[in-house]
Amino acid sequence: MSSTTGAYDVSDPGFTPGFGDVAGDGAATDRDRRSLRKRLVASAGLLPFSLYALIFLGVPTIAIVLGAFEKPTGGFTWSNIDLAAHGVYLKGFETSLELALFASVLPAIAGLFLANAVHTGRRQTLKRIVSTASGVFANFGGVPLAFLFIATLGSTGLATRWLTDIGFNPYTHGFDLYTFSGVAVVYAYFQIPLMVLVITPALEGLRPAWREASDGMGARSWQYWRYVGGPVLFPSFLGALLLLFGSSLSAYATAEALTSGSIAITPIQIGSFLNGNVIAGQENVGKALGFGMIVLIAMVMVVYVYLQRKASKWLR
Amino acid sequence: MVALIESPVGPRPADTGEQDEIRPRRRRPRIWRGVVLGLAGVYFLIPLYAALRFALGGPTGGLTFAAFRSIPSQLGFSAAFGLSLRLALVTTVITLALMVPTAVFVHLRFPQLRRLFDGITILPIVIPPVVLIVGVLQVAPTFLKGTPYLLALEYVVLAMPFAYRSLDSGLRAMDLKTLVEAGRSLGARSISTLLRVVVPNLRSAILSATVLTVALVLGEYTMATLDQYQTFSVWIVYFDADNARVSVAASFMALIVTWVLLMVILSFDLRRTRRSVQAKEAA
Repeated sequence: MSSTTGAYDVSDPGFTPGFGDVAGDGAATDRDRRSLRKRLVASAGLLPFSLYALIFLGVPTIAIVLGAFEKPTGGFTWSNIDLAAHGVYLKGFETSLELALFASVLPAIAGLFLANAVHTGRRQTLKRIVSTASGVFANFGGVPLAFLFIATLGSTGLATRWLTDIGFNPYTHGFDLYTFSGVAVVYAYFQIPLMVLVITPALEGLRPAWREASDGMGARSWQYWRYVGGPVLFPSFLGALLLLFGSSLSAYATAEALTSGSIAITPIQIGSFLNGNVIAGQENVGKALGFGMIVLIAMVMVVYVYLQRKASKWLR
Repeated sequence: MVALIESPVGPRPADTGEQDEIRPRRRRPRIWRGVVLGLAGVYFLIPLYAALRFALGGPTGGLTFAAFRSIPSQLGFSAAFGLSLRLALVTTVITLALMVPTAVFVHLRFPQLRRLFDGITILPIVIPPVVLIVGVLQVAPTFLKGTPYLLALEYVVLAMPFAYRSLDSGLRAMDLKTLVEAGRSLGARSISTLLRVVVPNLRSAILSATVLTVALVLGEYTMATLDQYQTFSVWIVYFDADNARVSVAASFMALIVTWVLLMVILSFDLRRTRRSVQAKEAA
């Protein structure tokens, strides 16, 4: 018996916990109560994950927020926040935001084109190469990439020599791998793959029938993108852009490995607090900086969630 | 109809009159596709090539594998790499034990929560690991702070986005409900349905989640260095600042080996799928 109700339960298309039973009349209360219990049992299945996320993601975050308002000796204070919002730390936030903007807008556009070029192609091999490479590059993080680029665009790197041979030495044109411009270029190396990974599902959601209908009505390619594909894709694109923005805002490894911590962005500054480079009495300024980043990221995520909701209207 | 859906852009057999009209319009996309793919190829392959050339470069200018061959015997390498591998193992086990049942559960029981889960699991991409580790080191009990496995516990969080995504797409591709019903009607309990029906069907998703998790653990630098453990990537940066050749060689190897591994796993899976499709068509 229990197995049949179980089977019924999953296959029932009306099984929508939280909403399904609102309009139930008196005769259905018994069933309601039973399904309520079942719902509770069912949500218990989500408990391990929720607990884990709470302990290892939630609690540390809360600790940072609390620590931001605490004197090293205990007790409430605004001085950490005050310090974090002025001088070198304010400049750090500015540089971080600037870098994040550079390292998200251009890679997002490039990633969109790349993802579309791969998606519309029919070669499975190419798709597999690009998707696996994207997974690895986006996941592997900054350190190996930093070394790849030292060999490429370092002052004696291969590409630097090639460019110098054709008369364009990047180092005499304001480029330096170990400063802002270089870090932005290396960021693109994991940001573009990240974009490919997050935007491909949205591209797959564009139904071929729409393209066919638009072709059938004599629309040109740009008209399809202007009136059909573009508007449908736009919220997903913006959402992915925000994700890239957050990812480059919070990146630490690449910048640290490339510049040995000399670039003054907020993550590096936070890291130097952990490394013990602290003036007495300012131990918690690092947490205030962390709090600042959490606020920035939270704003990004609120907009992201809103955009995802918009995107889900058309894309399954 | 199926053919229409499968090839949205490619030229289709059509009436000859219509074809003349469509052809010229279809050529342009192919040109820009070529340009985009070419540019991407240049941007992504040149650093790999440059790294390979640099790592192979000998002191006298000839090509030598010395840098690659010397990696295992470098000071500290085996300790660092061993630590990274152990962390990768622990991380992967916890990640799979946590995410597989959760992803299955969400798909089966709470499909309407899928979007919420997409949102939650994407969070670690944007949460700065440097901020997270500050908080972790503050609240972690002493017995955890003394062991590198605290890192593994946090890596599970960092691995969530791609692990969940890969499992999610695997689950989407299979008829989960039918499989679970079949399991139940044969009298299997939930746990054995999960382990003996769902997991084998999810094999490739689980494998790619594993590879991506291992890649993440091998490459993770921020938390490891701030928690003062010398993992593989911390070692790459610090072991010998004078000998960049070995660092570059190790970086190159790590990337390429992970990539090739992932490709091999997926192409095995593809062959399997193709075979089962053929079998289905033959039937």
